[in-house]
Amino acid sequence: MLGEFLQFLFSGLTVGAVYALVALGFTLIFNASHVVNFAQGEFVMLGGMTTVFLGYAGLPLLLAAPLAIVITALVGAALYKLAIAPARGATVVTLIIITIGASIFLRGIAQLVFDKEFHRLPGFSGDDPILILGAALLPQSLWVLGFTLITVLGLFLFFNRTTLGKAVLATSINRLAAQLVGLNVDAILLLSFALSAAIGALGGILITPITLTSYDAGTMLALKGFAAAILGGFGSPFGAVLGGLIVGLAEALTAGYLSSAYKDAVGFLIILVVLFFMPRGLMGTASVERV
Amino acid sequence: MRQILKLLSLGALGAAIGATPSVAEIKIGSVVSATGPAAFLGDPERKTLELYVEKINVEGGVNGEPLELVIYDDEGDANKARTFASRLIDNDEVVAIVGGTTTGTTMAMAPLAEDAEIPFISMAGAVTIVEPVREFVFKTPPTDRMACEKIYGDMKARSITKIGMISGTDAFGSSMREQCRAVAGEHGIEILADEIYGPRDSDMTPQLTKIRGTSGLQAVLNPGFGQGPAIVTRNFKQLGIDLPLYQSHGVASKSFIELAGDAANGVRLPASPLLVPEQLPDSDPQKAVLVAYKETFEKETGQPVSTFGGHAYDGLMILVDALRRAGEADPVKIRDAIEATQGFVGTAGTVNMSPTDHMGLSLDAFRMLEIRDGGWVLAE
Repeated sequence: MLGEFLQFLFSGLTVGAVYALVALGFTLIFNASHVVNFAQGEFVMLGGMTTVFLGYAGLPLLLAAPLAIVITALVGAALYKLAIAPARGATVVTLIIITIGASIFLRGIAQLVFDKEFHRLPGFSGDDPILILGAALLPQSLWVLGFTLITVLGLFLFFNRTTLGKAVLATSINRLAAQLVGLNVDAILLLSFALSAAIGALGGILITPITLTSYDAGTMLALKGFAAAILGGFGSPFGAVLGGLIVGLAEALTAGYLSSAYKDAVGFLIILVVLFFMPRGLMGTASVERV
Repeated sequence: MRQILKLLSLGALGAAIGATPSVAEIKIGSVVSATGPAAFLGDPERKTLELYVEKINVEGGVNGEPLELVIYDDEGDANKARTFASRLIDNDEVVAIVGGTTTGTTMAMAPLAEDAEIPFISMAGAVTIVEPVREFVFKTPPTDRMACEKIYGDMKARSITKIGMISGTDAFGSSMREQCRAVAGEHGIEILADEIYGPRDSDMTPQLTKIRGTSGLQAVLNPGFGQGPAIVTRNFKQLGIDLPLYQSHGVASKSFIELAGDAANGVRLPASPLLVPEQLPDSDPQKAVLVAYKETFEKETGQPVSTFGGHAYDGLMILVDALRRAGEADPVKIRDAIEATQGFVGTAGTVNMSPTDHMGLSLDAFRMLEIRDGGWVLAE
């Protein structure tokens, strides 16, 4: 009984941590520009796929992974320079639509550059599960949870303790004012896209041993990560992690105790209920607009 | 004078072009999903068709006439498939169609072929394509119901009667789940646990934990497609479930073994003998066909052979066989000849068509394979 519960818990935490890592990627770009970047899932996919293919080319994981993160960050920067920056004056909705286009484009490119097959990476510390009271936990889940924690703390410190992080927030709150006090808004946005892409790529590399990856793996991940981010309150790193874990746990417990047929429904039901009573999400800040 | 000469030579050239003997060609059409989500099915199909039409023409064509293949890519989109099918029928005036990579695209094209009375051989799996029988529609791959029956046959041989199922909710998984549930009773199989997962789910341990907790199970069956079954297989091993695991023909490819890793050892699945042609006994009638197709495809394309390309090979060869027997390229006569196909040995099996059976395969289209040390082993 306890073993079963623990198993559902481990599964929920594993899946939840995956969602959380994806959700974290959304926060940076959103905080800088209020744009929900629908190409975030493609960054996750690019991180995983690039690492896999660099591995095929003979690079060890320790070299392939950082290189994949750098490449994905460059793709993120290019997305900003080539697609977002030229549409500077456009509304946020237009920019969001551009990111949807970019995600389709990136998927198509990945299909050509890589291939259409599924790929996997070996677990960082092997694929043998750790047995705790009859429940199996993959060591890779601990890697994902660990890096989620590091990333969220890093983001928290970045936004609250560094001038650059505060500059990002300032840009988001009032771009014109930020510009007037001498912030290089363009550079800040470029940085936030590159960093977001890097976080996405890191997530992609960490989760590939568990979820496997393919050129279209980003779509579903982005959807779940987006849901987690909304649940937690868009823009809050802690909220993103909380949201991810809640959705993951809800899915696992539903599949375990109710029926796997309701698994996805329950996750989205929680989101609906939370948004109904707390429209800003669990950890979102109330926005005050001066009229 | 020069001008006149020039004109004259131009005229002669024109006459020469115009006089190119118009050899009667047998025009056959195809619509496959060579790109898009079903590309891994459609791509080897297209390559097979192009390769073998060329080969047949080099060898002198059919009934002394060369084949002309008109091929379109529907990108996995049923609407596009329908548009291309009507183009094949109305503009290209083909005498037969070999195509339809997925059940969706096939069902979109079938009514057009029926109306225009053009024989249409599909390469898609679902049993609904030939049940109920449509006069002009045939198919080459075996159905998922046959896969279920094959699996149950193997279970019976191992005295397994109580099983758990975990199925993907993708089109393939849910269709096979239904078929397997429908024929379980006839085969004395009792399904005690029935779990499902989404096609892009990344962890199936909750469902498998429930299955592990169900008492009396003797085996687990996983109908599914894509990466899901690989994750199920890995989770199965991680949870230490000590039961035989059966997969479906949906994962009969090398990539499944790579993705599932060591966990795949001992997994059984029904699959086309095309995966293990060299392991078949020499007495097997299919062996020669399978070995020849595998060698030709791998040599010409540089890619590993796939079952799906084999379905296209079967479709084309059944058509060529029918053309020879019909003696002329008349759609209705070709249809009658296809329906009369008897003892045709293809990559899927020995085909015996009849007015009530437009697929003509028996259970030996599937062989029970077991994965051992990262390779396929015939388990019969």
